[in-house]
Amino acid sequence: MAVFGSGGSRSFGGRGPSFGFRFFCYALLCVVLMFYDRKGGWLDTARYGLQAAVYPLQLAVNSPSAAWRWMKESFTTREALQKEVDQLRNELRDQRLMTLRQAALESENATLRGLSTALPEVIEKRLIGEVINVEVSTLRQRLLVNRGGNSGVHKAQPVITGEGVLGQVFRIGPFSSEIILITDSEHALPVQVLRSGVRSIALGTGRATALELPYVPQNYDVKVGDVLVTSGLDGVFPFGLPVARITKVERDPTQPLAQIYAAPLARIEADREVLFIWARPGHPAAPASTEALVVEEPKPAAPAKPVRKPEPQPTPAPAPRETAPAATPGAETTPAPAGRETAPPAEVPTP
Amino acid sequence: MNLARREPRWSVALSVLLALVLQALPLPTWLEAVRPSFVGIVVIYWAIYAPHAGGIFAPWLAGLGLDVFKGDVLGQNALAIVLVAYITMSLHQRLRNQTLIQQSLFVYFMLTLNEAVVWIIEGWTQHSISSPWRWIQPMIGAMLWPFVAMMVGRTHVRT
Repeated sequence: MAVFGSGGSRSFGGRGPSFGFRFFCYALLCVVLMFYDRKGGWLDTARYGLQAAVYPLQLAVNSPSAAWRWMKESFTTREALQKEVDQLRNELRDQRLMTLRQAALESENATLRGLSTALPEVIEKRLIGEVINVEVSTLRQRLLVNRGGNSGVHKAQPVITGEGVLGQVFRIGPFSSEIILITDSEHALPVQVLRSGVRSIALGTGRATALELPYVPQNYDVKVGDVLVTSGLDGVFPFGLPVARITKVERDPTQPLAQIYAAPLARIEADREVLFIWARPGHPAAPASTEALVVEEPKPAAPAKPVRKPEPQPTPAPAPRETAPAATPGAETTPAPAGRETAPPAEVPTP
Repeated sequence: MNLARREPRWSVALSVLLALVLQALPLPTWLEAVRPSFVGIVVIYWAIYAPHAGGIFAPWLAGLGLDVFKGDVLGQNALAIVLVAYITMSLHQRLRNQTLIQQSLFVYFMLTLNEAVVWIIEGWTQHSISSPWRWIQPMIGAMLWPFVAMMVGRTHVRT
């Protein structure tokens, strides 16, 4: 048995160009590809198509684990299901209790702001996606989700779960999108401590359970157990989505900055579903538009791109606003951009 | 050399595709860390035993597939693989006369070179993380080499 098919003899008879020459050509092609891929532009469309071409293979590769999960699900016992239903019922009751006074609080909030009606929810639209592949390594923390450009998903779109922020869309294809998790070592997310209003940037560490806040000065009010929410300064995430909980605060008196670690609230192993969200434009809690930030900044600042390219400079975080408890950009009576302009956008990583 | 010899093109295509699948298969984290470059191993095999079947085009395409799959910069893995294929092809006559164990050593160096090239390009384009596992993967690859070589060797007539 020589070959499977009619492989055939070499049509180019004999030699053709030498290996060395051909190697040179292909190597050059690779370098050109790399250059244009980094630069962005026309290769992005090519990549969009390539993602579509690879998608069936990705599905096929992940089908064994999908089949295994399906098997496991179909063979769950009645007791297990009953237990799950009970648990869900309890959860629902608790959630209902929590939202019981929501309407009253909203109208109260509107009165305080001097608005005639309560503001609508900041999340205008959402889309449920199913996780196809999870890649969690120190090099990369990515998800592959079965929604892409055809479903209206766009680049740099926030992705959350029921617990908190998961990440953002990094690359899209027509049928699938790649999501960079907030724990990816290339991801940086502007956050705010819910209790004290201290703002900083949460950097991914490459570990699924830890975020790092390296730019918080020693004397700022951050405690273990504090909840971090998105500050909305990045122009990607709306304000106030829960991100993480502080797990460790180390204050070394010889260092100007404290070492702070936090554990992300969203888990990816637990549920295989994620939510793509669209923020309502013009809403006070909507992500800050890049213009609003640039106007405020004396020097032209680049819009915050949470996918950081160079190492952001350790800029001093803004002064903690203890006077205003839980000072939030959305709490001001002024409309959205103005409200956010009170915050010094110094913590925006400037590329 | 018999020029009319049939080249095992189908074996090349299928084995490279299989290697890509193995490379993309989701694995638990601890296994993921030690997964060697299957594409590298297969490309080295064909570069030694049938350098004209796939030429440099097949390794290049495999590397590009790997780039799209892993979401790396396009051309990153392709360049590394093409370099490995070229070096192996230029030494293929000498390598054919070596035992599998001797070849393993060569495979180890080539896979390390592959990793090193990818690592350097990562350093240029994004920030790279040098985890020690990175340099252990080529060793695992070299250990797997005799088995892979024997398995792939059954798909075609060695000359």
